[in-house]
Amino acid sequence: MKKDIILAGVGGQGIITIAAAIGFAAIEAGLHLKQSEVHGMSQRGGEVSSHLRISDKEIASDLIPFGKADMIISVEPMEALRYLPNLSPEGWVITNTKPFINIPNYPDYEALMSEIKKLHHHVALDADEMAHELKSPRSANIVILGAATPFLDIDILKLENAIRTIFRSKGDNVIETNLKALHAGKEFADREVVA
Amino acid sequence: MNKLLLLGDEAIAQGAIDAGLSGIYAYPGTPSTEITEYVQRSKEARAKNIRSSWSVNEKTAMEAALGMSYAGKRAMVCMKHVGLNVAADPFINSSITGTNGGLIVVSADDPSMHSSQNEQDSRFFGKFAMIPILEPANQQEAYDMVHYGFDISEKYKVPVLLRITTRLAHSRAGVNRKNFREQNNGSLPKDLRQFVLLPAIARKRYKILLDNQQNFDRESNESCFNQYFDGEDKSLGILASGIAYNYLMENYPDGKMLHPVLKICQYPLPKNHVERLAKECEEILVIEEGYPLIEEMLKGFLGYGLKVKGRFDGTVPRAGELNPNIVAVSMGLKDTTGNPVPSIVTTRPPSLCAGCPHIDSVLALNDVIPQYSNGRVFSDIGCYTLSALPPYETINSCVDMGASITMAKGAADAGLIPAIAVIGDSTFTHSGITGLLDAVNDKSPITIFILDNATTAMTGGQKSAATGKIEDICRGVGVAPEHIHVINPLKKHHEENKKIIQEEVAYMGVSVIIPRRECIETQKKKVREKSKSKAV
Ligand SMILES: Cc1ncc(C[n+]2csc(CCOP(=O)(O)OP(=O)(O)O)c2C)c(N)n1
Ligand code: SF4
Repeated sequence: MKKDIILAGVGGQGIITIAAAIGFAAIEAGLHLKQSEVHGMSQRGGEVSSHLRISDKEIASDLIPFGKADMIISVEPMEALRYLPNLSPEGWVITNTKPFINIPNYPDYEALMSEIKKLHHHVALDADEMAHELKSPRSANIVILGAATPFLDIDILKLENAIRTIFRSKGDNVIETNLKALHAGKEFADREVVA
Repeated sequence: MNKLLLLGDEAIAQGAIDAGLSGIYAYPGTPSTEITEYVQRSKEARAKNIRSSWSVNEKTAMEAALGMSYAGKRAMVCMKHVGLNVAADPFINSSITGTNGGLIVVSADDPSMHSSQNEQDSRFFGKFAMIPILEPANQQEAYDMVHYGFDISEKYKVPVLLRITTRLAHSRAGVNRKNFREQNNGSLPKDLRQFVLLPAIARKRYKILLDNQQNFDRESNESCFNQYFDGEDKSLGILASGIAYNYLMENYPDGKMLHPVLKICQYPLPKNHVERLAKECEEILVIEEGYPLIEEMLKGFLGYGLKVKGRFDGTVPRAGELNPNIVAVSMGLKDTTGNPVPSIVTTRPPSLCAGCPHIDSVLALNDVIPQYSNGRVFSDIGCYTLSALPPYETINSCVDMGASITMAKGAADAGLIPAIAVIGDSTFTHSGITGLLDAVNDKSPITIFILDNATTAMTGGQKSAATGKIEDICRGVGVAPEHIHVINPLKKHHEENKKIIQEEVAYMGVSVIIPRRECIETQKKKVREKSKSKAV
């Protein structure tokens, strides 16, 4: 088993939490893991990505070679497209459709969506909207994580455990809403993939 | 459970705690910051009374660590690569004085300049100081090398340089803990003149360092971190150092190496291994993260004899960080890539946060500068450096920490009057105070903005040594009290702030304006921590 994952977003959007959840679950499953993060300058509202590699064998490189990633998980639609050179031809793109606009020349939204629809394998969902409906606007990243679960090959129970651990200090309510967010994302993706 | 999931930086910190560290000294700097932060957060470190608060700059950190070593205890000092420039004087001289308790200097390089002004390679500094250098390939080695580094340091009484790069610093992997050791008891150096670098003593100390070179060579030859792997196809031999070895192995997915491979993670270069590689292989490919240091050594000045490929002949790009693809291509393997980035995707450069106090400061300044002419704002390193970009385009320089005040002074000396300096609070105490004294002594016509957001924001919001002290420092250095102003950088105060700025810029002497408002991010963090402690 080997999954190479590119996580994408804008500084401050919480991609590290997604990485931490998958990482925790992978370690629980006894897998090897390497995960490179972005710290420093680009965290100030710039583009950020993380390479997350999990495998049942030793992993050599901290970076995923171009054209080899199994999936891109993005909390922002333009950021999902930025990493296409990293994706393998069979790879999946799981992305939020809600744009994060902090630059004056952000591309036309319709044009952006049509680029995403062109992708062979993709799951696109408005995670912000879904998180909002769950009355937990800050859980959009967990909705996206949920939407990636059909492709991860990791037991959903282990991911639930990871969420319980990561949000433990925030209390039971936060844990519950994030578990709901996880399942909302998962159900969306399950429907998409079957269809 | 003894297996931890750690960043390279954190592995170094945990390694130090487990290897009997007594104190860590550092000034923040990406990608080294998380080493010290890990020790600061660690309950274990607190229980062991390991000293870990931030130093004012890298030079004071290096000197304090040397002092701890003098007193017989193990010390570590951490910085980003350009921090080693600031600490260069004590660093180079510490190789002459030698050490007493173990001393490890960690320098974190930033190839491709993800968050830095340059991509200088700290291994040159280690070579310059003639001390052993360790360069871990992965997180486990980063952990192991701290214990080993303290051993080498205490065996030969020299500081050891531990060099990492961004990718290892900020990548997580499983790390096994082992080799727990108690801290040293305090003890004085056997010779109380060891650290007195008067010429007569320094010459003796230097001789000791020179004599030790053969020991360092031997340690490198015998080190478990330098490994020779034989391979069938000897038309090429590959020398890979540090993290470059991982990228190489990514291209040998089953772990079998076609060509002989020499993995180098300890310097001086292990002569025996390198000789064997050169003898047995027709050509040598050098892949190293950073400057072509090994490549240059192998080639020699005229490049006769050995056939060496690497960054100089374009087999590997001359600048920038390595990755598995670059290494594949350099080995003659096929490159891989996915689809191109659609043309509609635009770059998203970092920017000042909405509501950042620096925004109001630079907007006020932008309203005053045009009365003179553009091109007279010297600045420094911190979040406010982003005001060089649109929509502000306020500042005209960012060179090294503290350079705003001194460059403004020099430009004013050259007739660029008035000249303006914009510096952050933490950068001011790091390296701005001495330059301010120069300006005061010369009565330079400059206006200095010390942007006091009560934190070291750019590197993640560490405590600033300047907090609560800036006016006192300026007065103490000799700035006239009537030319020191604290203003509140808020939109509603724009007009009154502008007026103060106009008056002080027109003044033909040193004036200091301190826009004071807390960083939005640290403010938020405080609120979060408060609600967290309530929840528990
Ligand atoms: C010699 C050196 N040490 C450390 C750094 C890393 N560094 C860059 S900006 C910065 C913080 C500056 O803080 P401050 O001046 O208070 O400005 P702020 O970011 O808070 O606006 C640091 C530590 C560096 N670039 N050079
Ligand atoms: S982190 Fe603080 S100082 Fe830096 S841009 Fe944001 S608000 Fe401003």
